[in-house]
Amino acid sequence: MAKEIYTKYKMAKYLRKEALPTALCPGCGGGTVLNAFANAIDQLGIDPRDLVVVSGIGCSAWIASPYFLADTLHTTHGRAIAYATGVKVGLPDKKVVVISGDGDLAGIGGNHLIHAARRNIDITVILVNNFIYGMTGGQVAPTTPFGAITTTSPYRNVEHPLNIAETVTSAGASYVARWTTFHVYQLIESIKRALSVKGFALVEAISQCPVQFGRRNRMKTPTEMLRWFQKNSVPLSKARNMSPNELEGKIVVGELVNREKPEFTEELNSLIEEVSEHYGLGDNNAD
Amino acid sequence: MRYPFPVGAVDFIQGDEAIARAAILAGCRFYAGYPITPASEIFEAMSIYMPLVDGVSIQMEDEIGSIAAVIGASWAGAKSMTATSGPGFSLMMENLGYAIMTETPLVLVNVQRSGPSTGQPTLAAQGDLMQAIWGTHGDHSLIVLTPATVQEAFDMTIKAFNLAEKYRTPVILLTDAEVGHMRERVYAPHPDELELIYRKLPANEEEANYPFGDIHGDLVPPMPVFGKGHHTYVTGLTHDEKGRPKTVQSEIHEKLIKRIVEKIEKNKKDIVDYEAYELEDAEIVIISFGIVARSAMRAVKELRKKGIKAGLLKLNVLWPFDFELIERIAERVEKIYVVEMNLGQLYHMVKEGANGKAPVELIPKIGGEIHTPKEIIERIKDNLRWG
Repeated sequence: MAKEIYTKYKMAKYLRKEALPTALCPGCGGGTVLNAFANAIDQLGIDPRDLVVVSGIGCSAWIASPYFLADTLHTTHGRAIAYATGVKVGLPDKKVVVISGDGDLAGIGGNHLIHAARRNIDITVILVNNFIYGMTGGQVAPTTPFGAITTTSPYRNVEHPLNIAETVTSAGASYVARWTTFHVYQLIESIKRALSVKGFALVEAISQCPVQFGRRNRMKTPTEMLRWFQKNSVPLSKARNMSPNELEGKIVVGELVNREKPEFTEELNSLIEEVSEHYGLGDNNAD
Repeated sequence: MRYPFPVGAVDFIQGDEAIARAAILAGCRFYAGYPITPASEIFEAMSIYMPLVDGVSIQMEDEIGSIAAVIGASWAGAKSMTATSGPGFSLMMENLGYAIMTETPLVLVNVQRSGPSTGQPTLAAQGDLMQAIWGTHGDHSLIVLTPATVQEAFDMTIKAFNLAEKYRTPVILLTDAEVGHMRERVYAPHPDELELIYRKLPANEEEANYPFGDIHGDLVPPMPVFGKGHHTYVTGLTHDEKGRPKTVQSEIHEKLIKRIVEKIEKNKKDIVDYEAYELEDAEIVIISFGIVARSAMRAVKELRKKGIKAGLLKLNVLWPFDFELIERIAERVEKIYVVEMNLGQLYHMVKEGANGKAPVELIPKIGGEIHTPKEIIERIKDNLRWG
């Protein structure tokens, strides 16, 4: 059965076959994001040898490693973007992509996310937001909706969720978009744009976790969660004319920003050129 | 190529500056750091020098990010370094473990200050010895070097890079605020005088398939760095020889961790380094390291003048630790004193090494001041008087 999938599924060539089938729960949105990423790579014609994919800890981190067939760095919890910063500076000609979850990148690793966006380093981040710490058993996350039930907010969540896409936009990223796993084609298009933009690019992919989130919040099945995404999503153009009250509990989707800004590794390289020109040391062998 | 500082020449510089210059001579081309006293001068020197040698020095948002970026750059193929002090060192512990688990060469400098917590930021201490060796969780091994002079800080930085590359492991240069901030005469070798080691890369695609396999029988796998099309899989999870996570198979975990520990332990002879002074006929031996070993050296000279047969064992490498060497010394001396700027850390290792063959006594000191030779002499003389 597994072998049949490899021949029929066109994106299988981008996956580490020995790591399949995935360890993701049935109905998880992670597979959709993996598929969208693989399609984006395929449509752009990017050679996986020119990719380095970095991830942190959690279910969404597994989308990148082990499943994606490229150089992959599966790092410590929250630190993927900081690791990716070193990789990108070391290999400025490669595409460096971070795929990880909301708890990983915006919770424990939130500071790295903000500062990488501020530096505008050319890293593409696909942040899979499923509102929950899934791998550890469904604990409350910095993205969990107000009032939602989780294993560590069993009565109700009394905290308000972080608006990740807006935070990263404010921090200075070149490109920011938000879609859900219901909006697969838009997701692919945005990942393609994120990969093409020179600078820090974030695609927030709202994703369903029926097992740890939906089940405790009256959406037992993946379909119910996807319907919820469909009904609750508001395009950015429409959201601009809505009041904060009207937007409460809604998922605003679309492209938040797409702007040209100086990029970090290019700045570093032009600095090296400038410095060598002004304070140049020349070559010892020359004398 | 030219260097932005004198090479093949003598200069009068701080320990921190010496570490930065030596790192560049050793081939370090990526530095990531976060400001902290008393290590900031390393970072500042790197910021000036790096663009001049086509390298990069960047400031991260914290020390966690600094060591993370260093690991990332090392996998990108660059010799990489970060430097910090106690509080930052504590923050780096988790990713240090990641570097050990993924066998990532890097150099981590800890310019020690008094702790715990913020402690005495500008004053020297040796309180991070145990943390340097055992600070990250889980069974592991790594290499810890410790300089006593600015010249040693220079030389050991180069050695640290060589050992990191040779054994595919993080190496800690454990120095302190005194060595870091002190100015001394330093000879910086010309690059032609240096023997530099670079990590072993896979010879072919087949070798690249085993980034964590002992395929050469030397316990050190070739490192298939990123960007070469190897599709290398690196994870902090327990992994097999191909790098694939295998988290519940006990034999795979045992094999991996034992190899990581043994590649250091079995090469102890190559790594361990010490200085023996007047040990041949010594009846009393002081064992010390770092800046305070210089006071101990003076104390030994003074004691010899007074007719007391004292000797010094100055340790330049704190891990791997030569327990057998300590036992051999303990077998032929009357007493061992351990002089260190903490409340007893090396002391415990020496006691274990001495194995009851000679009594071991601690001469500790904390508060930011180095033991004076007089303090050491008085303590030893008091014992001789009453003992």
